[in-house]
Amino acid sequence: MAVREFAERGADLELVGIQKRFPGFTAIENLDLTIPAGSFFALLGPSGCGKTTTLRLVAGLEEPTQGRILIGGKDVTSTRSHERPVNTVFQSYALFPHMSIIENVAFGLKRRRIGDPLGKAHEALRLVELDHLAQRRPQQLSGGQQQRVALARAIVNRPALLLLDEPLGALDLKLRRQMQLELKTIQEEVGLTFLHVTHDQEEAMTMADTVAVMNKGAIEQMGAPAELYDLPKTAFVANFLGQSNLFSGEVAGSTDTAIAVDAGGARLVVPKARAHRHNGAVTVGVRPEKVSLHVEAPVPSSERNVLGPGRVLDVSFSGVSTQYLVDVPGHGTILVFAQNTGSGPSVGVGAEVWASWLVEHGFGLDDGAVEVERFAADDSTTSIAAQRRDDLVAELGEG
Amino acid sequence: MAFAAFATAEAQPQAPRKSSRIALFLLLPGILYLVLFFLTPLVSLLLTSLQAPLEYGDIGQYQYAFNWQNYVDVMTAYWPHILRSFGYALAATVFALLFSYPLAYFIGVKARRWPLLQSLMLVLVIAPFFISFLLRTLAWKQILSDESFVITSLKALSLLGPDAHFTGTPFAVIFGLTYNFIPFMTLPLYTALERLDLRYLEAGSDLYANPFTVFRKITVPLSMPGIVAGTLLTFIPAAGDYVNASRDFLGGPDTQMMGNVIEANFLVLLNYPAAAALSIILMAAILVLVGVYVKRSGTEDLL
Repeated sequence: MAVREFAERGADLELVGIQKRFPGFTAIENLDLTIPAGSFFALLGPSGCGKTTTLRLVAGLEEPTQGRILIGGKDVTSTRSHERPVNTVFQSYALFPHMSIIENVAFGLKRRRIGDPLGKAHEALRLVELDHLAQRRPQQLSGGQQQRVALARAIVNRPALLLLDEPLGALDLKLRRQMQLELKTIQEEVGLTFLHVTHDQEEAMTMADTVAVMNKGAIEQMGAPAELYDLPKTAFVANFLGQSNLFSGEVAGSTDTAIAVDAGGARLVVPKARAHRHNGAVTVGVRPEKVSLHVEAPVPSSERNVLGPGRVLDVSFSGVSTQYLVDVPGHGTILVFAQNTGSGPSVGVGAEVWASWLVEHGFGLDDGAVEVERFAADDSTTSIAAQRRDDLVAELGEG
Repeated sequence: MAFAAFATAEAQPQAPRKSSRIALFLLLPGILYLVLFFLTPLVSLLLTSLQAPLEYGDIGQYQYAFNWQNYVDVMTAYWPHILRSFGYALAATVFALLFSYPLAYFIGVKARRWPLLQSLMLVLVIAPFFISFLLRTLAWKQILSDESFVITSLKALSLLGPDAHFTGTPFAVIFGLTYNFIPFMTLPLYTALERLDLRYLEAGSDLYANPFTVFRKITVPLSMPGIVAGTLLTFIPAAGDYVNASRDFLGGPDTQMMGNVIEANFLVLLNYPAAAALSIILMAAILVLVGVYVKRSGTEDLL
């Protein structure tokens, strides 16, 4: 058996033409993916997008219908789970309830007959600061502690590839932050390859070197977090990874460096370098924090795109920033995040405003004209309140 | 209770003291029942086991005494039966476990995807209960008797010697005990395995354990409550059984178990103190054996 020794370093993971069909549906369609050794890779996607299935395929808990899996250049497609140099931190932790914490952590070492399993297990527990609980049973630990034990149980084996299946899902926010930091530190210290599966975009962005956004069994876009955030390729990525204001329209003109899009009567300019398509029906967008609000019509300039006038539908204050929902006739609702630095205008609900952003902050998607996913006005408290009132009035009117 | 062992591992909240009177009231029927039908016969049995024959009395007439010599007498007279009882019961328990575990595993784990198959198989496990235990054992006597098709065929094939018997041998008795107690073994095992979380098995496999090690280190310990319950439900009644070993069923003169000698002493020899003393010995021995077993299997907190 191959995995009698610790991995010297992380290994490359390569998925080639993977397809996984379950009776009745296809979880993964033709997936190709290469994860370089030593990287922290996040697979990000909504539930049911196939990310957990991908992880289970790599762990050997599922068999691909088609395709090959290579770890460190070796084909492991037909290798069974216990023979792969891979460990998983399960979403449910799956700590053995009939063993003490230390027995749980030493389990993998004992199976591989590695010398001094208990000493190494204690060391791993010290790393996650739980050595004092070594003799307890998993049921006696809190969720966060169990999670750390699950992590220690996987890391102690020094796998070439560590798989993390939403391991932070059950933790509260503070513990989550702390664990994210710890995970990142451990990854840098031990130099393993991490494959992290999550639906939490913030978690993926703060922790991973490379993020792959997955949707409906396929990867929509892959890259460094900042790159993905700055230049989303599809409407799905634009809205799953943070939020975006998207506008669909025809390309009305172009220069060497930029295209102009006629979106509902407004002329929106996007640099060519930041647009995936340069003609026909396109969708362009801008991140909400890049948009600024004006109480007077801004002076038209070639450097800014301007929309307006519109009306503020909702204002929600969250300390460092304020979120405005602005209804601009012909363009739907626009989301604006304004940092509370005291420099911008402070407006209330119902105020007439203009929205503008620098041309270089816009981006053009690879999708054609899409059914733009709007920040539904129904989400705003005012409109819900208005809707409730209308419903009540209607009900009273009937009675 | 064994089956709920893992679920109730966390500390139970303290019941409010006020309800203790209501609890006592609700317990009353149970307590009365136990006093009437368990404690009273037990004390009566204990007293009977110490009785001495009535002086100048008829056979079967006894008087209260403190004649502990009864115990010494039955031990010297019947020690082979005592050993045989526990030997047969142990063998039957082991065979029943070996037969039932794969069956329960299939019903409780492999058949999870097909609930209909699962229910059907459970019904099949319970189905023998619809026919009297005595009739089924008699049926086996017919099937395995010297003139039966099975035995004559085996003899024709020279798999059995021409003078070989099956009924009346220890094998037949152990076979009968195993057969009769298989449902009692299968059902608790099924209950434990049905709740087995397969994610633990996946985690074991992920941690380099091969399928056999996963079974030994994870599946078996996690189904321990079922194993303990099943073996107790099989061993205790099997040790006291007097039907399978009886000459009228699968046994012979050399296969008599404690149940048979208790029955003979009580109904034929009318030696009530001896029968009572044997019963007490059987009970005490089972109590000790079970206590040691439960302690050794590390499931005392699960019972």
